[in-house]
Formats: sequence, structure tokens, C-alpha cells
Amino acid sequence: MKALAKPLGFSVALILAFAAVTYVLPQMKGEAPEEKAVDVGELTMDSFIALGENLYSGKGTCTLCHNQLGRAPDLLTFNVGKVSLERISDSRYQGKAKDSESYLRESMLQPSAYVVKGFGKKGSNDTESPMPAVDQAPIQLSEVEISAIVAYLQKKDGNAVTVALPKAAPAAGKKDGVAEAKPPQAQSPEEVIAKFGCAACHSILKTQSAIGPSLNDVGKRLKIDQIRASIIDPKAEIAKGFPPIMPDFPTMTVSELEMVVKFLAQQTTAQP
Amino acid sequence: MNPLRYRPVRSMWRPLLPALMVAVIGLSGGAFPSVVAAASHVVEQQGASVRGDEVKKESVAESLPAPKPKRSDYPSIGVSSRAVVWVVAQMHLFFGALVLAVPIFVLVIELIGFKTNDDRFDDMAHEFMKVSLTAYAITALFGGTLALSLFLFYPHFMTYMMRAFGSQVLVYAVLFFLESILLYIYYYGWNALRYGNRKWVHLTLGLLLNAVGTTLLVVANSWSTFMMAPSGIDPATGAVIGNIWEIMKGPLWNPLNLHRFLANIAFGGAVVGAYAAFKFLAAKTPAEKAHYDWMGYTSNFIAILAFLPLPFAGYWLMAEIYAYSQQMGILAMGGILAWLFVIQAVLICTILLAGNYYLWTGMARTEGGERYRWQIKYIAVVLVFGFLVWVTPHNVIYTGGEIAKLGGGNHPILGPLGIMPAKNIAVFLMLIFTFLSFQLYRRADKVITVAWQDWGNALMIVIYIVASANVIFAGVYYGYFTNTVYKVGSSVIQVVSTVVVIVAGVVIDTLMFKGAKTLPVYWGKVSDRSQYALFALPVAFTWLMALMGYIRSSVRTHWHVYTVMKDNSPENFIPTLQTVGNMVTGITLLFLIFVLFIFWIANLSGTKQIPPATDGGLTAAENTA
Repeated sequence: MKALAKPLGFSVALILAFAAVTYVLPQMKGEAPEEKAVDVGELTMDSFIALGENLYSGKGTCTLCHNQLGRAPDLLTFNVGKVSLERISDSRYQGKAKDSESYLRESMLQPSAYVVKGFGKKGSNDTESPMPAVDQAPIQLSEVEISAIVAYLQKKDGNAVTVALPKAAPAAGKKDGVAEAKPPQAQSPEEVIAKFGCAACHSILKTQSAIGPSLNDVGKRLKIDQIRASIIDPKAEIAKGFPPIMPDFPTMTVSELEMVVKFLAQQTTAQP
Repeated sequence: MNPLRYRPVRSMWRPLLPALMVAVIGLSGGAFPSVVAAASHVVEQQGASVRGDEVKKESVAESLPAPKPKRSDYPSIGVSSRAVVWVVAQMHLFFGALVLAVPIFVLVIELIGFKTNDDRFDDMAHEFMKVSLTAYAITALFGGTLALSLFLFYPHFMTYMMRAFGSQVLVYAVLFFLESILLYIYYYGWNALRYGNRKWVHLTLGLLLNAVGTTLLVVANSWSTFMMAPSGIDPATGAVIGNIWEIMKGPLWNPLNLHRFLANIAFGGAVVGAYAAFKFLAAKTPAEKAHYDWMGYTSNFIAILAFLPLPFAGYWLMAEIYAYSQQMGILAMGGILAWLFVIQAVLICTILLAGNYYLWTGMARTEGGERYRWQIKYIAVVLVFGFLVWVTPHNVIYTGGEIAKLGGGNHPILGPLGIMPAKNIAVFLMLIFTFLSFQLYRRADKVITVAWQDWGNALMIVIYIVASANVIFAGVYYGYFTNTVYKVGSSVIQVVSTVVVIVAGVVIDTLMFKGAKTLPVYWGKVSDRSQYALFALPVAFTWLMALMGYIRSSVRTHWHVYTVMKDNSPENFIPTLQTVGNMVTGITLLFLIFVLFIFWIANLSGTKQIPPATDGGLTAAENTA
């Protein structure tokens, strides 16, 4: 035991010494971006621009690369509005923008439309940008948020802000990760059927419709996996004699899907 | 040569056996229909065939989008879910690393013993395996606890992972069974299969054990890399659309495989080195001291040898992370996680200093070591300067007054030392000079006799000077006087320069040692203090592994599976450095406790109780006789 005591003490001391190093370094916590709905009704142009500034260094993670370290052009060091017009007229420009606003928006959604020399992906000869599209994961900015950043970039150099202040929330179902008003989760199969309007085309519950095949006896005709498959990808297999018009349900949750699939699998009796 | 020990035709097949087995295991993945049929792209290939239709329905059914759990969907049992999974996962990884790595170098040592007819190697290899065997049961226990914890705390995530990997997890389970069977036969059959042709059977078992172990490693790695850089899925929804091979073979899989393979060997070598050091300090006789000194030296040799190429493997992994997502790469190296690399610098420098110190003190084992002692102080200076440059942060949080005094956010002299080019210079010089220590140690017990020794030494010195100058020039010129693209490119020159030193050193020494006179080596003639280097190594390795594992995992930020499945749990944030430090420290201490238990068990197995004495002062055995 004596032989062990000293090495053990030495090892514990060394472990604690390593821990001590973490105490002398700056303490920062990296919060996950908050999914906040932007209340466009309350927005003023100033608060809209402030939102853009906030997103630029926050959720948008723009400053991760666009800084003085040279990973990407530091947008805060030059007049972005003026430079964007020069780039539109550059022979290397591949996009469709006509003005500063559309160029800035395009550069966030299709970063490879114009790649600043020296900042392209390795081996792409500056034709491909390493920047991710900001409306895609992992950044996932909404349309309102992208517009706010464009407004901020225009304003920071004293240029005229041409971005229109958003007037209303985007329509339901429109791709907008933050501002989209999601319908509530259905709690029963009946609610799922009502929520997604199944009865508009199919005979189910007490509703009759001949546009699509009746679902009252679907449990007898199809296996549970086939029912699930026909909801996930309605066009994969079309029932004989019916038109291929059933839409996809991208907003259907997994639990809603499983709820309605289970319910339909139990429908084995043709009702009058 | 003993004809009983060497049969070329049969031995030709021996190395092929593990490869064949891995191939069978790989193919058996294809026998699981749900795995193969998970892909809608398979449907495209199958066209409208009957089988294609069946596959289509099945694949569509399985192509559910990635779950989107809400915060309230995460079960809570009143303790931090993340902390529980963090601790258990890291402990499983520690013991898994040990269990998979030890048989790799044990097999090499066993083969050396067999080829040289030296039983000491065989005994040492067997003793190493004793440590690994106890660790195996603990690995399995932590693995089971990890799986249960994940299913308990993150059910939606595990549902998605099971959907993606399907019956591959059963292949993993089968491999685990195979590993267990082979491990027990390999260990307990050691003495029964010790000599002659039977030894070949034992070596083949060892090879099979390592083949299965390495396959286990790469299978498990695919889960981690899928979470970081998912492949075989629909990027918009996360729906699984690829087959199991496409899911496994993400862009980070092979870099992580290589990195973990090397790191495991270095880690395993360090842990068994601590075992040898413990036994050395507790040894009662010179013979015991000599044995455990030699065992400790061998362990250190393994650990440092595997450690030297690790930065290159790490560079490849990081380069692939940048290629996959620049944002992810910058988050790790230049964002909130970048501070952790300051701690990494402290840990790696501790490893290098401990490894070098052990080599320097080891020169006392032979009289020839005196010839090279004068060089040690210069190597130490390079290592200490390298350490200081490496830990210099680019900037720290200043007060307004301090910024005014500095004239900016960065210190005018120390600021340039805080960026990667300076650190690369420091790291590569430290590696080059660590190799110099190793080379001097190897030369310590030899008197070179070849006629061209002066030319050979001159050539080696020139290679050291040119390589060091190259590392410094590439770092300074490309790092400070060109743009970012070239900065990264300079690392390649530095890597090549370092590798040239190592390869040239090994080749030149091998040629120069031909016909060299060997001086006696007095094993056991080292100071007790030198053994503390063997404790510092595993402590630093353990802390480092836990830290780097945390960084690798944290680059996903608030995603369970990057870009396709968000982590909405209450603990989806990146904690402060103190919290990370506390967690890693706690885990390392826990590992230390378990390692002590393993050492104790390994020691216990060799302890025999003395039979109790009878009335006449004779033992029971003597009485019976």
C-alpha cells in the first residue's frame, strides 16, 4: 500500500492541476439558438435592423467566418452595398440579382453564385463557396430573419435600406422555420383525419366521398405497412380506377401518422 | 531453424484467416433484409421488378423523417441526463480502448518472443493480457449501462439511430460474443498453446481476436461519425434512404477509425506502463525490479510510438471536418470550443515531457548513455519553449484599460504566437526533438562500428537541421505572409518534414547498428522518480481522451444528428470550461479508481495463501506428506 500511496497522490494532484487550467480560462456558455417567433406586427424598421444585427452575430453564425481572421471577407470592413453592385457586373458572377438587396439575399441562399477570389473551396478555383445556405440546416434562418440581416448590412454603411418591412406572418405551410404558425398536434385519429382533410376525398367515419377509395374497409385490403407507405408517399402506388391526386403531408408528425395508421388498419367493415 | 516451428505453406494462410472472417461478417450485414432494403435508392436500382415493388413498399415505410422531439418529450429522473450519459459513455470508451488496444501490442510482443525464443517476452505479453481481461468485463458492464441510459433518457434519438443502423447492431452483438470467446481462449489457452506448432494456433487466435476487436471498433465508430456527419439520409427530412454501407461510410468514418486506432494503442500502452511502474515500486527483489523496469520501458515505447503519428491522424480528421462543414471546423478550432485546445496543449506537452523524461532517466541503465547526456538540456529547452508557445492564447478577456495599454485586442508580441502557424511550429519541433530523445536512447547501449559512421551521423544532423528549418520557415512564411488557404497548406510541408526525420532516423540507425557492439543494460537500475513519468502518461492520456471526446461530440452543438435531428433537451447547450473541466476530472478520477481495482485484481490472481500451520509447527501440506 505504501508503494501505491505516493503515485496515487501524484496522479490525483496532476488530474486536479489539469482541472485548474480550466478555471483560469474565460468562461463562456454556448446556448442553443432560441426558436423565437418574430412578431412582425410589432416590428419597426429600427427594431428590424437591430434584429438583423443580432442574427448576424448570433443565430446566423455569420461572424464565425466573416471576421478579421481571413476565413471569409470581413463584411464589417467595407461598404457591402457598393461592393455588391461591383460583383453583379463581374464576369465571374453566376447569379440573377439586379440590385444590392437581391444580391445580398442571393449570396446567403446560393453562396456559390459569386465566390470572392481566394475564398472558394479548396480545389474549386473559386467557383464553389464553402459557405452553407443559411435557410438550410444547421443555420435554418427564416425569410424574415434573412431579410433582417440584409437590412442590417445595408444600414451599417449608411446605405438606403430597400428591404420592405414584413407586414404579416407567412402563410401556413410556407417554409419558415421560425415564424411559421404550426397547427396544434392532433390527439386522436379522428382529429388527424379532420386536420388533414382525409374525408374530403375518402369515405371514412361518417363521411362519404368517391374521389378516393373508401377507407372504411382499408384494414381488410391493405397491410399496416402498406397503409403507412401510402400516406408517406401517396404516389408510390395508385389504387386502380382513382386519379393520382392525393397530396403529401409534410407537416404530419410521426405520432399523428402512427395514430391514424393504427386506426385505419382496424377499419375492416365496409359501411353503407 | 526448427522445422516443427515453420511450415511456409500453412503459415501463408494464417494471416488470411482474420481477413476472411471480417469479410464474412461484412457480408453477413447483407443478409439482413431490413438493413439493405431500407433505401429508396435501392428501389431505383430495382426498377419495376416484383422484388423491387416489395422492397419499395418496405423502404417507403421505413423512410420516416427524423423525429423532432419537444423538450417535454425527454424523460427526466431528477438527475442530469447528459451527465449520466457523458460519464458512462466515457468510461465505456476508456475501457473499450484498453481492451481493444492491449491485444494488438500483446500479439506483437508474443510474436517477438516466439521468433527470438525469449520467454521473457511471452511472460510479459501474458501479464499485459491479465490487465486487459479484467478490463473486458468492466467494458461490457459500462456498455450495457450506456445503452440502457440512452434508451431511458433519449428514446427518440435511439429510435432514429436504430432505424438508421437496423440490424447492424446485431452484427455488433455477434462480434462482441466472438470477441469474448476469442479473448478467453487466447488468455486461458496461453500456457496450453505455448510451444511448437501450438504456438502458431495461439498466434492465429490472437490475430483473430484483433481482427474482431478492430471490426468492433470501426462499427461503433460509424455511430459517432453518423451523428457528426450523417450520410445515407435525406438531408431535408433525415429519412433513412441509404443502405447500411452508405450510412456507415460517412466522410469522417475513416479518419476517426485511424485516429482512435492509434490513440487506443497509445492509451493502452500508457495504462499498462502504469501497472509496470506500480509493480516496480512495490518490487522486493532486484529480479522483480528488472522485470517491471523492462515492462515499463516496453509500455512507454509502445505509448510514445503510437502517440507520435497521432497529430497527423488528428490533422486528417480535422481537415475532413472542415471539408464536410467549415462551420463545424471553425466552431471547434476558432469558436467557443477553441479554448479547450489550450488545455489540450497542456496535456500533450505533459505527455511529451513525461515521455522524454522517462527516456532521459532510462539512459542511466547503460554506461553508454553518458555520451549523449549533454544533449538533453537542449532538447528540454526546445520542449519547454514549444510548450509555452502552444499554450499562449490568441487573446484573453481584457479590461478597457488593458486594451488601451496594449493598443488593441491582441498583445503585440504574444498575439502572433496565439494563432495556429506558431502552434504548428511548436508542435512539430516538439515531435522532432522527442524523436531525437528516442534515437539517443536507442543508441545509448550501442557502440557503432560501421566505417561510414561519421558520414551517417553527419547526414542525420543535416536532416534534423533542414527539417527544423523547414518547419519554421513554412510556419512563418505561409502562416503570416500569405492568406488562409496557404496557411493550411503549410501544415503538409511540416508533416512531411517531421515524417522524413522519423523515417530517415529509423533507416539510418538500422543500417548503422549492423555489427554494432552492444553494451550491457542494467534493467532495474533506474530511479524511483523515473516511474512517476509512467503515471503521468496515463493520467494525461485519460484526461486528454475525455477532453477530445467531449470536443468531438460538442461540435454537433444542439443537434443529436447534425443538421437532421435537433437536440431539444434541457441540456442542449455547450457548458462552460469549468463545467467541462469538472466533468472530465470526475470521469478521470473514476477511471483511476477502476484501474486501481483492475491492478489489485491482477495482483490478487498471482497471490497464494500460505497453508495454515498445524500444532507441530508444520503446515497442513507437510503434515499430510
